[in-house]
Amino acid sequence: MDAVVTEKAKLSVKNLNFFYGSFQGLKNVSVPLYDRKVTAFIGPSGCGKSTLLRVLNRIYMLYPNQRAEGEVTLDGEDILHGKQDLNLLRARVGMVFQKPTPFPMTIYDNIAFGIKLYERLPRSELDGRVEDALQRAALWGEVKDKLKESGLSLSGGQQQRLCIARTVATRPEVILFDEPCSALDPISTAKIEELIDELVKDYTIVIVTHNMQQASRTSDYTAFMYLGELIEFGDTEKIFTAPTNKKTEQYITGRFG
Amino acid sequence: MTIAINKRIYHGRKRANGVFLTLSTLAAGFGLVWLALILYSLFYNGFSGLSLKVFTEMTPPPGQDGGLANAIFGSVVMSLLAVFAGTPIGIMAGTYLAEYGRYSWLSDTVRFINDILLSAPSILIGLFIYVIVVATTHTFSGWAGAAALTVIVIPVVVRTTENMLLLVPNGLREAAAAMGAPRATVIQSVTWRAARAGMVTGVLLAIARISGETAPLLLTVLSNQFWSTHLGGPIASLPVMIFNFAMSPYEDWHKLAWAGALLITIAVLTLSIIARILESSRKN
Repeated sequence: MDAVVTEKAKLSVKNLNFFYGSFQGLKNVSVPLYDRKVTAFIGPSGCGKSTLLRVLNRIYMLYPNQRAEGEVTLDGEDILHGKQDLNLLRARVGMVFQKPTPFPMTIYDNIAFGIKLYERLPRSELDGRVEDALQRAALWGEVKDKLKESGLSLSGGQQQRLCIARTVATRPEVILFDEPCSALDPISTAKIEELIDELVKDYTIVIVTHNMQQASRTSDYTAFMYLGELIEFGDTEKIFTAPTNKKTEQYITGRFG
Repeated sequence: MTIAINKRIYHGRKRANGVFLTLSTLAAGFGLVWLALILYSLFYNGFSGLSLKVFTEMTPPPGQDGGLANAIFGSVVMSLLAVFAGTPIGIMAGTYLAEYGRYSWLSDTVRFINDILLSAPSILIGLFIYVIVVATTHTFSGWAGAAALTVIVIPVVVRTTENMLLLVPNGLREAAAAMGAPRATVIQSVTWRAARAGMVTGVLLAIARISGETAPLLLTVLSNQFWSTHLGGPIASLPVMIFNFAMSPYEDWHKLAWAGALLITIAVLTLSIIARILESSRKN
């Protein structure tokens, strides 16, 4: 954890504990998430990597028996306590889920939905923003002639890129990816990974993945989690070539998990 | 390697299967026969009483020509009033149960009471409205009838709204909330939209449910032999008219009662078919 100190942390997690009722899902986790870098979280099922992600935009607050303790800061400001407005936080920290979740509306409205939440734009400008978002998600070419069709009419891979476009459209600062490719075929997966490479120029990206090749391909930093604890964090290259912790080594060489 | 089959067990099961198949087919057939007989007599007698006059003339005194125009009008008006009053309340309450109050004790209580209301005998609802409206205003009225029907509509709509909203995957709610959408926007733009077909079905079923209700109307609107649009007093309605005419000794009144019953059945059938179509479009 000592090798990386020069980067600026966009999000910073310190001594985070998380509880599902009485079950503790995260144990004293501390990790920096660097500005305009991709940080990947890997680990076996149930290790708490998705839980950590769900704390960063506080989506867990939808469920009354879940709670987080500790400190999470965004640009140095506490987002876990006090008067942090959850909707404004989520406008800054976007999220793409495991299963594609297009809203039951047209492709155009799927994108415009998030923009209209916080901005009132003239139609022409809104059109431009929708096109821009779809371009960024590499979906424009496939849907430009059917913007008025339902988002549900797209294929799984297209739906996931629609969800990414929707998130990009609101111009967040951070994008959280919760196993974004686990429901997709290899070609769609490759497209989404390319997209992440492109997006990281402007956004801080956090990705949770089961797929270690994906973590090593897409990320700058990797964190290995196990049973709710952060075992090791560092440069992706270092984690995958010379991990310091025995458990990390066992996991990335496929000996457990 | 072949599996050694115990012939006795195998044939025993086959026999048992045959017996149960026969019994359940007979039971289904028994039910269907009565339904077919009812529909046959309804259509046979109903169509012979049906004519243009049914829609244009008032309920007649015995021995004279007439129709059901006033009863059709009263039924339609009171049903519409009940649906317009009951639907918003039902949808709001159902939305509370499925969205806002999902984890609260209040929801459990409301759901329990709603289920009781859903299965309450409609004559009790009529009595209730009689006591709080008819007895206090000292007059039977169309308004009281609409109120009684509203009390029947509400629990049906609450129930279906909640069920349909619960079918919307949580992932969709999370996705909308993760965009920074406030709760109300998530519900209006995403979950209601995803559940729309099912919720409309609920309203249609509620209309079907009230269109044949007789007991609550007997106790609240009474009836009226003449054309009346005055909802502050007694007005005619199809179910009560059927009740009165069918009990009478007059042949021509019987005919009109059959025609009225046919009209209600066709209306309910149409609504059910529309509900079915919506339901299947929701699944696709």
